[in-house]
Amino acid sequence: MSLAQTSLKQALRMRWWEPVLWIALFASPLLLPAQAPIINETAIWALFALSLDLVLGYAGIVSLGHAAFFGFGAYTAALVARHVSPDPHLGLLVAIVASALLGLAASFTVLRGTDLTRLMVTLGLALILLELGNKLDWLTGGTDGIQGLTIAPVLGKFEFGLDGRVASYFTLTLLLVFFLISRMIVNSPFGATLKAIRDNKLRAMAIGVPVNARLVAIYTVAAGIAGAAGAAFTLTSGYVSLEALSFDRSADVMLMVVIGGIGWLYGGILGAVVFKVIQDVLSQITPQYWMFWIGLFLVVLVLVGRDRLLRPWTWGRKA
Amino acid sequence: MSQEIVLSCRGLVKKFGGITATNNVTLDVRRGARHALIGPNGAGKTTLINLLTGVLEPTAGTITLEGEDISRLAPHQRVRRGMVRTFQINQLFASMTPLETLALVVSQQRGLGARWWKSIASEPAVAERAQQLLEQFHLAEVATQKTEHLAYGKRRLLEIAIALACEPRVLLLDEPVAGVPAGEREELLQTVAALPADVSVLLIEHDMDLVFSFADRMTVLVNGTVLTEGTPDEIEHNEDVKAVYLGHGDEINEAVQAVEAR
Repeated sequence: MSLAQTSLKQALRMRWWEPVLWIALFASPLLLPAQAPIINETAIWALFALSLDLVLGYAGIVSLGHAAFFGFGAYTAALVARHVSPDPHLGLLVAIVASALLGLAASFTVLRGTDLTRLMVTLGLALILLELGNKLDWLTGGTDGIQGLTIAPVLGKFEFGLDGRVASYFTLTLLLVFFLISRMIVNSPFGATLKAIRDNKLRAMAIGVPVNARLVAIYTVAAGIAGAAGAAFTLTSGYVSLEALSFDRSADVMLMVVIGGIGWLYGGILGAVVFKVIQDVLSQITPQYWMFWIGLFLVVLVLVGRDRLLRPWTWGRKA
Repeated sequence: MSQEIVLSCRGLVKKFGGITATNNVTLDVRRGARHALIGPNGAGKTTLINLLTGVLEPTAGTITLEGEDISRLAPHQRVRRGMVRTFQINQLFASMTPLETLALVVSQQRGLGARWWKSIASEPAVAERAQQLLEQFHLAEVATQKTEHLAYGKRRLLEIAIALACEPRVLLLDEPVAGVPAGEREELLQTVAALPADVSVLLIEHDMDLVFSFADRMTVLVNGTVLTEGTPDEIEHNEDVKAVYLGHGDEINEAVQAVEAR
């Protein structure tokens, strides 16, 4: 193998801590059985954050309305469960396809314009869906949402119980599968063309990359993954409400990706874990003011940078 | 040099509202040519490049590459057919290393750019070509450093290496030595001189030493129109060119000398 190929491989190889991390994630519902519902919730966020990182971190599309695809998947899964079949696999599959199609349609609105216009367009789409979810109450239940869904056991065997254990394994498995797919994508020539577009769209065009086709493709894939996260939410909780489409959800997932590090697939997972742990711990100590501490944390994070965050003695030095 | 024409513009016009930036430009570039495009600031050189590469659409006229009309093709489609440019101001992928950059460009050039299911490191031929280019452009020792941390001269070399990785038939070099410090200049000039003989080069440059040492054919553009075309020798002795372009510099020199003499 040539020198160049070896160093290309070197940059993409799996690090020692990666399998350790995944084993820890999969062991966590067993080690902390009481926390299984929160682990499930965190894994749903991580999957959602993974989706946002694909468009934000790898393709450079700033999206402040990513909840549109999460919520669309969540509602699709709920509607399938209510009107078609309680089978969670069918609900998941239909939700992924539906969200991906929505992403495909929406992608054409983010092709033009700069970061600010994209921000507004993505935000607008999420607000439209939120309002549709609110108004079409014959379909979506309006402000009540769709509640009391019956979901069949996973693989015909594992019932989603109240303890959240099956739920957490269901979602963690989805997270692993989509993580591996995403990793394959970002390490491929296709993924390299995305990074090229993010770094320098003008030059990407000048080396023959069909920029629009690439952005449409990744936006569609990411929307499908967000739909999977939304479906996991509905299937493991048995209900869906307007909160799934809310602006808060779009903003929180953006915070998670920023906290964990953009353009790094583990960033979404790390950000989701950090965010949920902080939220959980702080909301027990100070139920009303935990957002303040999250805010402070973000300010410190941005000021000192991710590399120095865990080394407070270096904070005084110039970046 | 072959007499076969690779790139041909016929009656190219570009208007921006009431302003005609390119006025009836007709230009032929032969296979393997070292063709320089010169002209004072505002002559329409940049507009012409943008028309050739497809960033702008012509108001009238046609562009043919290897006998095929490419006037209405999108920029990336023209690149695939071999119309490739470099930029006057570096346009690089800051977060990637030169090796990653060239592996990407070679993959894209070989039609693998849409391949999402295999690692970019999986194709030995791609890595091999990337390595060749790294060596050819004196980038091997910085191959795994991030582009944003490279010295300016190295970035300039990478700028041209990227274009060559696209396997151009016609290479548009937009002021390749602009802003390069003297110490790094020689390395760059050598690589420009050593570009493959079968690639036709259209050089846009203000540095007349480089133009006259490099070009075997020159086109002078003034106010969006071709003033004249010829060998460097013909251009050097053309009175019109002296008057509107080179003459301009002499006048300034004379004025400077007159001031200094006082």
